[in-house]
Amino acid sequence: MSKENNRLKPSLFFLSKDREALFSKKNRALLSDPMDDNNPITVQVLGICSALAITVQLKPAIVMTISVIAVMGASNVIVSILRNLIPNRIRIIVQLVVVASLVALVDQVLKAFAYDVYKELSIFIGLIITNCIVMGRLEAFALGNGVWKSFLDGVGNAAGYGVILIIVAFFRELLGSGNLYGYKVIPDAFYEMGYENNGLMLLSPMALITVGILIWIQRSKNRKLIEEK
Amino acid sequence: MDRDSNSYTFLFSTIMVIVVASTLAFTASVLKEKQNENVRKEKMQNILSTIGVLTDRDGAEKLYKIHIIEEITLKKDGKTDDKIKAFSIDLKKEIKKPVEMQRFPLYVASVKEFKYYIFPLRGSGLWDAIWGYLALEEDMKTIKGVVFDHKAETAGLGAEITQEWFQDSFKGEKIIDVNGSLVGISVSKVNNDPKGLDKQDHEVDAISGATITGDGLSDMIYERLSNYMIYLKNNKLNKKQNLEIDSIMISLN
Repeated sequence: MSKENNRLKPSLFFLSKDREALFSKKNRALLSDPMDDNNPITVQVLGICSALAITVQLKPAIVMTISVIAVMGASNVIVSILRNLIPNRIRIIVQLVVVASLVALVDQVLKAFAYDVYKELSIFIGLIITNCIVMGRLEAFALGNGVWKSFLDGVGNAAGYGVILIIVAFFRELLGSGNLYGYKVIPDAFYEMGYENNGLMLLSPMALITVGILIWIQRSKNRKLIEEK
Repeated sequence: MDRDSNSYTFLFSTIMVIVVASTLAFTASVLKEKQNENVRKEKMQNILSTIGVLTDRDGAEKLYKIHIIEEITLKKDGKTDDKIKAFSIDLKKEIKKPVEMQRFPLYVASVKEFKYYIFPLRGSGLWDAIWGYLALEEDMKTIKGVVFDHKAETAGLGAEITQEWFQDSFKGEKIIDVNGSLVGISVSKVNNDPKGLDKQDHEVDAISGATITGDGLSDMIYERLSNYMIYLKNNKLNKKQNLEIDSIMISLN
């Protein structure tokens, strides 16, 4: 398609600058990169604190993943819309306000309309604000890119964060308490034969070690990540 | 306008603060009533669950009216205070007052022919508040059931106090020793009874990795129940006297 033609096409406001297809190769990379090559946890080593805190069980990890995807998608979009208006000197404060008010809003709405979900989430919602991945992506990406791209970047990074969270939680819950998603999966016969749950898996050191093992596996498969000497 | 000028920065932050504050204030006030309703129903649901009446949140109000036969507000000296409704007492505010000023709510429930006493609890866990309800059987020392909740304990560790398997281990335990004094229930790491079969040891098995939450729980149970002991003793005395009077009447007849 020639440039002439492109210009004639009516464009949505957020596509007007780049004139790319919604899911062009570049845009797809925004989603897929954080899954592997540029994973926020295993490559950038961001968001480790929450990765330790909420990976004891699968359920909170999944819930956290979903909420981080929602918050990052929305906050990236808002900051991207405002990117030409935000005064440079107070941009971090503005980002913080955007994230915090989104989180507070979600918290209030859940408390009124989905009280059970709210109870499940309440502690983690506060944790989202402090997640450095959120602020990191706002600062590094949304401030300099269009709305659609920022949205993809937010969702992609949140998903990349979530994947690691869920993998770590899977092993910690399985080996630590013999459950998955709260349901017993290791049969009683195993316990009768002398199998014991590993209590250490429930404590934070093992979360770090599990993340370390994941980084090891990822690097041995993905040669791009290994620094040259 | 220059984006880096002081006046623009002030203008931007002022508008931002006004917009954000009014949005949040508006949502909070619109949703307030619905949120309080949820909290109130959950309180009823929790109280009911300690005496084995399980219900969803919406059904709680109806069952609460059926089963809770009395709401008593007590003072520290064991006398009742009729001016304050027990259900309206917010322990969160109440426990900050000095003990003499505090009012202690007590719920009396009946299920079939059994009578239960339900005590609201509130204390501190590792990160923040923990709370719950504890129901005693008519003998006023055997636990019928408990329910715990928390604000911010660690998921999978301290937060496990909300789990059924942990709360079930309290059932049948005694809070009062053979001499008749309050010992409470201690959440113990060293008891030799992980299955909780010994119901006379005043101990339940602790949760791995949740030592401070468990200690907080033990303290909470002891501290809260100690405030009711005078009332419970008097109440028991009255009952004994009534029984004696009854038996005298019978023998006279």
